[in-house]
Amino acid sequence: MTRPLIQYFLALVLAPLLPGIINRVKAFFGGRRGVPILQLYFDLYKLVHKTPVYSRTTTWLFRAGPVIGLAAMLCVLALLPFGGRPSFLSFEGDLILLVYLLGVARLATVLAALDTGSSFEGMGASREVQFAVFAEPAFFLALAALARGGGGLSLSGIFSNLTPAAWLTASPVLTLVTASLFIVFLAENSRVPVDDPNTHLELTMIHEVMVLDHSGPDLAFIFYGAALKLWALGSLIACVILPRHYGSWLVDSGAFILAMFFIAAAVGVVESVMGRLRLLKVPYLLMTALTFSILALIFQAGR
Amino acid sequence: MTAPLSLNHLEAAGFKSLTTLTPDEFYTSAPERLTAGGRAVSYFGLPEEGGTRLILILAFDYERRLEALSTVLNDSFRSLTPDFPQLHLFEREIAEQCDLKAEGHPWLKPVRYQLKSGLPVPPGITEFFKVRGRETHEVAVGPVHAGVIEPGHFRFQCHGELVFHLEIALGYQHRGIESRLIGGPGKLTSHYMETLAGDTTIGHASAYCRAVEALCCARVPPRAEVLRAIMLELERMANHTGDLGALAGDVAYLPTASFCGRLRGDILNMSALICGNRFGRNMVIPGGTAFDLSPALIKELKLRLDAAFRDVRDAADLLWSTSSVMARFEGTGIVSKGTAMALGLVGPAARASGVRHDVRHNFPVGIYNSKAVLSEGAPESGDVYARAYTRWLEIKRSYELVSGLLYSLPAGPIFAVPGPMKAESFVVSLEEGWRGEICHTAVTDNAGKFRHYKIKDPSFNNWQGLAMALRDGQISDFPLCNKSFNLSYCGHDL
Repeated sequence: MTRPLIQYFLALVLAPLLPGIINRVKAFFGGRRGVPILQLYFDLYKLVHKTPVYSRTTTWLFRAGPVIGLAAMLCVLALLPFGGRPSFLSFEGDLILLVYLLGVARLATVLAALDTGSSFEGMGASREVQFAVFAEPAFFLALAALARGGGGLSLSGIFSNLTPAAWLTASPVLTLVTASLFIVFLAENSRVPVDDPNTHLELTMIHEVMVLDHSGPDLAFIFYGAALKLWALGSLIACVILPRHYGSWLVDSGAFILAMFFIAAAVGVVESVMGRLRLLKVPYLLMTALTFSILALIFQAGR
Repeated sequence: MTAPLSLNHLEAAGFKSLTTLTPDEFYTSAPERLTAGGRAVSYFGLPEEGGTRLILILAFDYERRLEALSTVLNDSFRSLTPDFPQLHLFEREIAEQCDLKAEGHPWLKPVRYQLKSGLPVPPGITEFFKVRGRETHEVAVGPVHAGVIEPGHFRFQCHGELVFHLEIALGYQHRGIESRLIGGPGKLTSHYMETLAGDTTIGHASAYCRAVEALCCARVPPRAEVLRAIMLELERMANHTGDLGALAGDVAYLPTASFCGRLRGDILNMSALICGNRFGRNMVIPGGTAFDLSPALIKELKLRLDAAFRDVRDAADLLWSTSSVMARFEGTGIVSKGTAMALGLVGPAARASGVRHDVRHNFPVGIYNSKAVLSEGAPESGDVYARAYTRWLEIKRSYELVSGLLYSLPAGPIFAVPGPMKAESFVVSLEEGWRGEICHTAVTDNAGKFRHYKIKDPSFNNWQGLAMALRDGQISDFPLCNKSFNLSYCGHDL
């Protein structure tokens, strides 16, 4: 029982490192030194000490948004296996709960955004929901394809079942799932080519624009929640590309954390070498992910 | 009927030679000349005893000459905008500055900081075009923006992500420069000119100096002509480079955005090396230039220029060879050639739509008499790509010009004292700044001082082009379109 708990706290502590790694990789490509790798920790510390400012037009929905969002992410992380090792909260069917928890977080953010009555935030909310229509089935079907490989409907079960040998027998399925999950990962975490986390242009934003009105600890919750989401979706990819090795717990965990850093670096590279898609084209990208997932499921079912 | 006055660029004409048409003659003659291919470069009102004198200056680009039409009237004038959209903003400006009613103007609204019966009306307090319907919505952006940029208000009428109409309200930066110039030139005049639009310091300062020199009948020494051209082209290179970087930044393409940010600085530093100021302030003065180049400095400049250009070329090539960037640029924010001509767009924005006007080509002065400036094979698609690629071609041409000029500096002085300005005269001075055509029109009084000084920044023509580029486009493409024009707020607001 201690190990799963240590895993959980490791994830909570290490998650804010991922944006730092992405930024450092981007800075490297841009020929800059970049912000400190621990910048998000400093920002979070600074923000929780600030007094939030609330617009008079907002209601409790606006204040509840960041809290629900963060709470949902904390639950998500509790469900997720760590380096192929089961989580302390795994049960049969937690896969479905995971998808719904992500949905709850999205709903809370979107409602909080709409609550401000700002036209920018309304546009951001509309875009977020529109893209989720494509991203959610892609994500769900990718998980379904993995579940079909054995291990039932529990994430811990699926990834305990996933061994390096699976890459020899089911590599097309796993490749398609990885590709689909990576696209969903970029879209859900509002990274390039779907969104631009660094832009200051309200009219082009998706996720950033929905949180424009939040400040102080609320904003810290949002930033931390975003880091956890990055970790959560990233860890699924890490578990697929680096299945459990049955080595020691320390080695497995270390390798898993390195894989997470590698994924963050890969995001940094993607963001450095390509531009953003036109918003109209984003659904096409997500439909590609959906197609990958469906194909993976069909291949898996046919095995 | 009296014919319009035919003018030459930079030739001081006696103000008396300006034939006064009766208003009726003016309303027949002006449309006729506009239809004959005239392009309004300036249209303004001049307070006079017994009314307001309207002066319309038309450029006939292919014949390389100007025409001036003038009439005197009271209370109101007839709007020609319904037939000639290029006059739209000019007429609004006249109505505002001269307190005249523009009869029949389809969209008579304030342009800048307006005085209504003596009381100031702050900018942005106005009616906006509205689209009604259950599924339409309105988005208001500015005047305070998220980035460190100038203030302006943008009102979008949208259907989901689709923009039906964009209206732009400016005027927040109005400083009253034109009225400050009356009675000049004084000690501050050059300073006002250089800060009309800070990024176009050389462009506006040159236009002003040429106007003064024409009124003084002064001849600029050949060496100063070359120095001015070097500064003007460096300004063009620096700003276009910055724009390419900003365009890359808007589509989140990191490499070019980072490189161009630095390279713009490198080119600005070359200006600083010449005259001590990155934007070229105090370089161009009436009668010549204030700073000269030593052989050692020329060598240093050439080295820096080559290094900067090499890097700009690499950074720009990255843009054209990255498919994700091209996918964003191509087909975004299209301004057709017809629209560009009807609105009287100028500069790179017009050239990107296939309107091949360039003051350096059509009304050449100094070294431009013997140098070609227009690039062959330029795109004419009128989209963001065309505006970006046109900038790159102009960077290349400017580099070639500066490289050539650095080693062909004629010997001699850089300054010749200009004499007094002619009384009762007027002159039209055009200059191709990096954004496009700058027009300064100076009128002197009987003491040889400025009686009126009219400034037209290229942004004045081009803001309407941006509004049209967004029509039926995506609202998320606005920042990109905006960068592709990169217009000046303070140059418009004066």
